[in-house]
Amino acid sequence: MILFRTAALASALALVAGASLAQDVTGAGASFPAPVYAAWAAAYNKATGARVNYQSIGSSGGIKQIKSKVVDFGASDAPMSDEDLAKDGLVQFPTVIGGVVPVVNIQGIQPGQIKLTGQVLGDIYLGKVTRWTDPAIASLNPGVPLPDAAIAQVRRADGSGTTFGFTTYLSKVNAEWKEKVGAGAAVNWPVGAGGKGNEGVSAFVQRLPNSIGYVEYSYAKQNKMSFVMLRNQAGSYVSPDDESFKAAAAGADWARTFAQDLTDKPGKASWPITSTTFILMYKSQDKPAQAASALKFFDWAYTNGDKMTTDLEYVPLPDSVKGLVRKLWADSIKDGAGKAIAYK
Amino acid sequence: MAATLPASPFDHKNDMERATPRGDPPGRRRTLPWGDAVFSFLAHGAAWLTLGLLVAIIGSLLIGAMPAIKHFGLGFLVSTDWDPVQEKFGGLVMIYGTLMTSIVALLIAVPVSFGIAIFLTELSPSWLKRPLGVAIELLAAVPSIVYGMWGLLVFSPILSTYVQQPLQAAFGDVPILGTLFSGPPVGIGILSAGIILAIMVIPFIASVMRDVFETTPPMLKESAYGLGSTTWEVVYKVVLPYTKTGVVGAIMLGLGRALGETMAVTFVIGNFNQLDNLSLFQAANSITSALANEFAEAGEGLHQASLIYLGLVLFFITFVVLSFSKLLLMRLKRGEGSRT
Amino acid sequence: MKSASIDPGRMALHRRRKHINVLALTLALSAMAFGLFWLTWILVETVRLGFGGLALSVFTESTPAPQAEVGGLANAIVGSLIMVSLATLLGTPIGVMAGVFLAEYGKGTALGNVTGFINDILLSAPSIVIGLFIYAVVVATTKTFSGYAGVLALALIVIPVVVRTTENMLSLIPNALREAAYALGTPKWKVISSVTLKAARAGVVTGVLLALARVAGETAPLLFTALSNQFFTTSLDSPMASLPVTIFKFAMSPYENWQKLAWAGVFLITLGVLALNITARVLFRNKN
Repeated sequence: MILFRTAALASALALVAGASLAQDVTGAGASFPAPVYAAWAAAYNKATGARVNYQSIGSSGGIKQIKSKVVDFGASDAPMSDEDLAKDGLVQFPTVIGGVVPVVNIQGIQPGQIKLTGQVLGDIYLGKVTRWTDPAIASLNPGVPLPDAAIAQVRRADGSGTTFGFTTYLSKVNAEWKEKVGAGAAVNWPVGAGGKGNEGVSAFVQRLPNSIGYVEYSYAKQNKMSFVMLRNQAGSYVSPDDESFKAAAAGADWARTFAQDLTDKPGKASWPITSTTFILMYKSQDKPAQAASALKFFDWAYTNGDKMTTDLEYVPLPDSVKGLVRKLWADSIKDGAGKAIAYK
Repeated sequence: MAATLPASPFDHKNDMERATPRGDPPGRRRTLPWGDAVFSFLAHGAAWLTLGLLVAIIGSLLIGAMPAIKHFGLGFLVSTDWDPVQEKFGGLVMIYGTLMTSIVALLIAVPVSFGIAIFLTELSPSWLKRPLGVAIELLAAVPSIVYGMWGLLVFSPILSTYVQQPLQAAFGDVPILGTLFSGPPVGIGILSAGIILAIMVIPFIASVMRDVFETTPPMLKESAYGLGSTTWEVVYKVVLPYTKTGVVGAIMLGLGRALGETMAVTFVIGNFNQLDNLSLFQAANSITSALANEFAEAGEGLHQASLIYLGLVLFFITFVVLSFSKLLLMRLKRGEGSRT
Repeated sequence: MKSASIDPGRMALHRRRKHINVLALTLALSAMAFGLFWLTWILVETVRLGFGGLALSVFTESTPAPQAEVGGLANAIVGSLIMVSLATLLGTPIGVMAGVFLAEYGKGTALGNVTGFINDILLSAPSIVIGLFIYAVVVATTKTFSGYAGVLALALIVIPVVVRTTENMLSLIPNALREAAYALGTPKWKVISSVTLKAARAGVVTGVLLALARVAGETAPLLFTALSNQFFTTSLDSPMASLPVTIFKFAMSPYENWQKLAWAGVFLITLGVLALNITARVLFRNKN
């Protein structure tokens, strides 16, 4: 009886739904750009009817899945080294730029009122600086009413590209951090409560008085969190916003390699914890039709997706970089016969 | 012998002949004579399938964990390091977290479920039984992620203000209790995770206990009542011993849920990979939570293998707990007469 | 007749037993109230947050982009319906038959003891491990995430629950019932299916419902098997959306339209399982 009813329901649904289109593209990987890819895919579907399904399972998951050829493209926040790329026969190209932002929850403090340097930020997360009135913080913030309270550090429990960006920056600006903890998507945090996802960190920060945490910029902006100003390599204190991210990206030598580390870049207006995210595809495509669909999608996104990107508080790639990426597609991504994939 | 039977209308001469069956007996109408064979095959097949599945799962876990087993060996179980960057891993923190949260959960859930089952079978008016039973089962219908989110956003601030801080104020200086209540009272940690697990596990244990209590033959209970027992005595001395296998089974079901629960625990346990003190308020980590959080981003080498090693350890913990429960049941059975 | 005076010691004992009884029953009542308290609290939160997000579009539109104006959960709802029902359909017969084996054929045998033990171990397998296992066996070999893999992973969670409850309930049916049926000449398979299972019907259904409620809310096993899908699909050989995974994704995001949909999804799952619960109870009730 149940069997009959379920079969009837399933076939009714199959009739009502359309068949899924042949060239459905599947991609998986980093969670950092997932909202942008979702917005692009929805608009692309509306414009062309083609379906590109991207799901966030983590950067490492993205690399794993593309290596096992289970997806048509993978996505990773941390770039793969050029040697690893060559070994696996992959290419990588960036898509959007964003930033990681330290946020605080101190009564009476406005967004952008607190200034920190990378050294001090690292010391806070090492557990060396434990109170807000510590001279290291106070000297950077004269006149700011800092509470005489213990700092409640909050960090990520799960591995993520956000942590990767944050710890890469700390390793550059704090020697002890580099030695004791290092950089990675997941590290051995000396102190701090672990929140799950940006949501978890944000929830802890909002609930714990005198806390500090780090979240993706889009998250901080959406939730109107109290961000911190950081001193960049040039010595000026900057606030996180698209201008400071763009400034950081401008200094990178994209022509040499796409595997750019955008943290702590030179430039007076550069935000120190900027990061980009990458797409991974095979050089030699077994399924050229799927590859063509994927490239068509990214080409469309580069051309038409900038407004959606900025609406979601990310920063689109500079046009010059887009040009370099398109050149990479033409030069490197080929089908079985050695011909470049035609996506136009 | 003068009183003889009235003349029999039957002629006795041919008795033997009549007694011997003539011809063939009518064919026995059996529905589906091969039914037994097929049914038995299906039942045996299902058992083998279940067995095979578990062996396959453990096999694939072993293969995945092999790099970590080779590298760390059994020292993994007592080490508290967890450093993905330097590739040093040890599972003690997660093992401790899993065990403690499950113990706390069962400590709360078993008595409460028992109470609920008693209420549903003995106390409640019959028109209320069905709706209340469904209401309790509804707790199982709430997706585990909701428990996690509700736990983090709604429950933990309240736990922190109304339970943890008063407890710490009251017992902070008492020797043993003080250590139990010493950590940061922010509403996340072993106690939070344990309570939320308890709520998740109650519907499982309570509904199975209720079903199991209801199978007690009314005759047994009525005999006890007839002898003047109170309701509690009937439950404790008649129903419970009769259904003890089922009760232990129900608790196992609940324990299984508690040990293997991922989403709800990961939101409120704090994901703290250090074991600084044994406080109930301290943030900790559990095996399932570590797996869920770190697997997606774990690098292919030792990090991933260590996580899978943790999964194997969880299976082993379950194995040990189950063995204990079987032993317990054997002990209990030895004390009773044979069932008819 | 001389009236017997009651020994004061007996009166004391009687009073004590009465007090214990009252205490025990009060505790039972409070346990019930305790359980209901949590239920009401969680349900009220779920309804409060989820009901406001309900609209017809939730059922007709697929999952939207962040900050989009229009959107719904159609693909997730349909995906969950398909995968959960198929998983239950797949897992229940296997589970019931294995439970039948344990209770009727295998009691005391080596195979029976080992299978029962192993089933209980499978019960506490973290669902993410099951998902990874199916990933290794199905997804890596078929080189695609698929609804089939999701169904298999969920079925692996259904089976142990159903086995345990079926075995429990069947074991509690008194042998007298079986013996009476055998005495009437019923073959073993018919005794089991028409007599024992029927008598244990309510408990077996509880087991199936518990398993179904569990898989309806499971996220971890679907993450690496069915993945999820932004778009509507009913074909099981492509990634398929499901309510729990979608809720997980949306609830953890900073976008308001996604968060509202997440809570609406929670409300739907809870409501769906409740409705199923009631229907099954009505259909399978022991007609006393």
